Amino acid sequence: MSKKILLEHINVPGINTLAVYREKGGYASVEKALKTMAPDAIVEEVKKSGLRGRGGAGFPTGMKWSFLAKPEGVARYLVCNADESEPGTFKDRYLMEKIPHLLIEGMITSSFALGANSSYIYVRGEYFYIIKILEKAIADAYEAGWLGKNILGTGYDLDLYVQAGAGAYICGEETALLESLEGKRGNPRIKPPFPAIAGLYGCPTVVNNVETIAAVVPIVNNGGDWYAGIGIGKSTGTKLISASGHINKPGVYEIEMGITVEDFIYSEEYCGGIKNGKKLKAVVAGGSSVPILPAEMILTTASGEKRLMSYESLADGGFATGTMLGSGGFIVMDETTSIVQNLHTFARFYHHESCGQCSPCREGTGWMEKILHKILDGHGTIQDVDLLWEIQRKIEGNTICPLGDAAAWPVASAIRHFRHEFEEYVKNPAVIKEVKHYHNMHNLATA
Amino acid sequence: MAKVTIDGQTIEVADGTTILQAARMIGPEVAPPTMCYYSKLKTSGGYCRTCLVEVSKGSEKDPRPMPKLVASCRTTIMDGMEVKNVTSEKVIDARKGVVEFLLLNHPLDCPICDQAGECQLQDLGYEHGSAKTRTDFERRTFDKINIGNKIQLHMTRCILCYRCVKVAEQITDGRVHGVMNRGDASEISTYIEQAIENDFSGNVIDVCPVGALTDKTFRFKSRVWFTKPVDAHRDCDKCCGKVVIWYKGEDVLRVTGRKDQWGEVEEFICNTCRFDKKSTSDWTIEAPTAISHQSVISANHYEKMVRPKELTLNNIKPIALTEGDNK
Ligand SMILES: Cc1cc2nc3c(=O)[nH]c(=O)nc-3n(C[C@H](O)[C@H](O)[C@H](O)COP(=O)(O)O)c2cc1C
Ligand code: SF4
Ligand code: SF4
Ligand code: FES
Repeated sequence: MSKKILLEHINVPGINTLAVYREKGGYASVEKALKTMAPDAIVEEVKKSGLRGRGGAGFPTGMKWSFLAKPEGVARYLVCNADESEPGTFKDRYLMEKIPHLLIEGMITSSFALGANSSYIYVRGEYFYIIKILEKAIADAYEAGWLGKNILGTGYDLDLYVQAGAGAYICGEETALLESLEGKRGNPRIKPPFPAIAGLYGCPTVVNNVETIAAVVPIVNNGGDWYAGIGIGKSTGTKLISASGHINKPGVYEIEMGITVEDFIYSEEYCGGIKNGKKLKAVVAGGSSVPILPAEMILTTASGEKRLMSYESLADGGFATGTMLGSGGFIVMDETTSIVQNLHTFARFYHHESCGQCSPCREGTGWMEKILHKILDGHGTIQDVDLLWEIQRKIEGNTICPLGDAAAWPVASAIRHFRHEFEEYVKNPAVIKEVKHYHNMHNLATA
Repeated sequence: MAKVTIDGQTIEVADGTTILQAARMIGPEVAPPTMCYYSKLKTSGGYCRTCLVEVSKGSEKDPRPMPKLVASCRTTIMDGMEVKNVTSEKVIDARKGVVEFLLLNHPLDCPICDQAGECQLQDLGYEHGSAKTRTDFERRTFDKINIGNKIQLHMTRCILCYRCVKVAEQITDGRVHGVMNRGDASEISTYIEQAIENDFSGNVIDVCPVGALTDKTFRFKSRVWFTKPVDAHRDCDKCCGKVVIWYKGEDVLRVTGRKDQWGEVEEFICNTCRFDKKSTSDWTIEAPTAISHQSVISANHYEKMVRPKELTLNNIKPIALTEGDNK
């Protein structure tokens, strides 16, 4: 069920240049939108398409756009979130590197729909080479008249800027991103007000992910109904999945929503199965902040059906047996993987990246990391495992921004589904220091 | 106007009022505790999460409960909203968690801390926390920093409530202090130890809920409960001149702003009043400061002490040893 929309021309030589991109039909959506459509009609098409935000939360894009306040005489902004710092997620960089004009085209069409005359692409600082690629593509687009004053003679003006972040995960959170873009410390804002009412420089603002904005191009070209016809249920269209871990073919794949998880992991078209014929142990399906699921649960839903790559199917069963599609960072772990070690890596990350504004996240993330470190060092107790459970429970839902949840969910799910493994760690402290992988530990412990 | 019910008590308040403000209007029995909110500082609140409450009914129009607990200091009420503070098990549980987090990296050196007797974190710990901590990891420590020659910062005790940052931002000009670093490595910094030389910088001491920012002219001269607070004023061309002066014997040990029922200063005072006016002749004395008799500061002040009437020594009867013994 291969379906390429965003990546359709990705292998065409020179597709990163304006000329080749144009040959392949590039910038048609700008022409169609600016010359034949009213801004509200574009918003309607995006609503019809059922497109949901591809940055992680999956909020319906059309609805988000329709919330944008439109007070007289006040600027509106479109900001593209290209911060892409969720561990396990590397899809946006692929798109921007290979086919930068797709994002720029999406930015123009979307900005027109929203009535924005200045738009920003906020790029993760580590993607320095991508910033260069985007800057070149934007310069070419200006020269060809796709950006700047009076685009295509329609009277519509748009300036597009690229801004580099400094490499802080929290700057991917949309309000922290806006603070950072304004030149301030990247702390999430307390909401409300939401950016749609008061965003960049206090003006109404839409923040969208790279993939979301790119998807607006085919939606405008082919209509919202066409897009809604692809995929399954409320998960319409295609999704970029960045697959990594113990698979034969790591990489970025465009899938039609609704293929089975099993197919995605084992088919030759996608991940090509588990490396070295090992058994699947667990999957983090949507970037490191979503709950980790053991093999049987990632392949089968709570209702006993095959699990599909879609928002609904991955969430089936709630957090007891389900997870989230998130940003599409699909991390596969084979039977040798130590869940406790992995969790420690995640916990270290969230501890390091917490902005420190609110007490549960500031203090809790560090505490969890220290306890995991203690367990890995062979000094853990069963009470520590219970304490970990308690701490994540006290963080979740009680913080300013979802980073607190992102830190709590991996811990909750790891203990929920792999508690036995934590227990082995605390019961066999002498053994764990000797081993690198979980199955070795298991063999030693039971030998 | 909008109607809001908090722990079963209903009040009508102006639109735009926050849950916390409405709760404070009803009274302390329903008012959530606050560590970072400060009514005299704009955009304060939202950080510490001690004031989390459950909104069990969103409004008359949309009666659905809110999915998460909300920070009452930053959430405005809607007509018909119903809020649970102490009547919510979820809130009690979350608050206990927040207190534990706040105490996690706080040194709990109450016996030697200069804020003893005036520490909001200590009160919070008693009222909403748990007596024991479940951490045995080393707490973070920092070197002390002098902010000018009158103020000392001991970050080790700081709970990152941002109040002093808001003071610096809003009532002094040329801000030279803020927060550096991230997460639990965050620290209040004076940007390479630049002093705040502003006339109103001393107010960071009054707003600090813990013993992180202290008055060097007072530090360790006395425990507060050995001092006697007196309301006084003077003609000041910079501030309201209304203060509390703290006596030990004949000596004025300290001058602070006057605090309201919620522990917040009524009006900010200038550094001249705070640091330089340390003799009785500088002031017009009004009256002893009214102090709640529950406060530790009232320990040596008997003005308002009311003896319980119900129980006198002669009324005490021996406890029944076995049933029917004490007829
Ligand atoms: C801690 C944190 C980090 C985030 N990082 C990113 C990111 O790197 N890229 C992204 O597009 N969205 C990220 N998000 C989600 C954004 O806040 C926001 O929901 C998204 O950019 C909206 O775009 P969409 O509606 O197109 O998904 C992050 C959220 C949080 C809480
Ligand atoms: S949850 Fe964490 S990252 Fe988000 S505002 Fe609070 S401290 Fe900062
Ligand atoms: S020094 Fe005091 S006022 Fe400033 S952030 Fe820390 S605890 Fe709050
Ligand atoms: S007082 Fe409301 S969050 Fe701190």
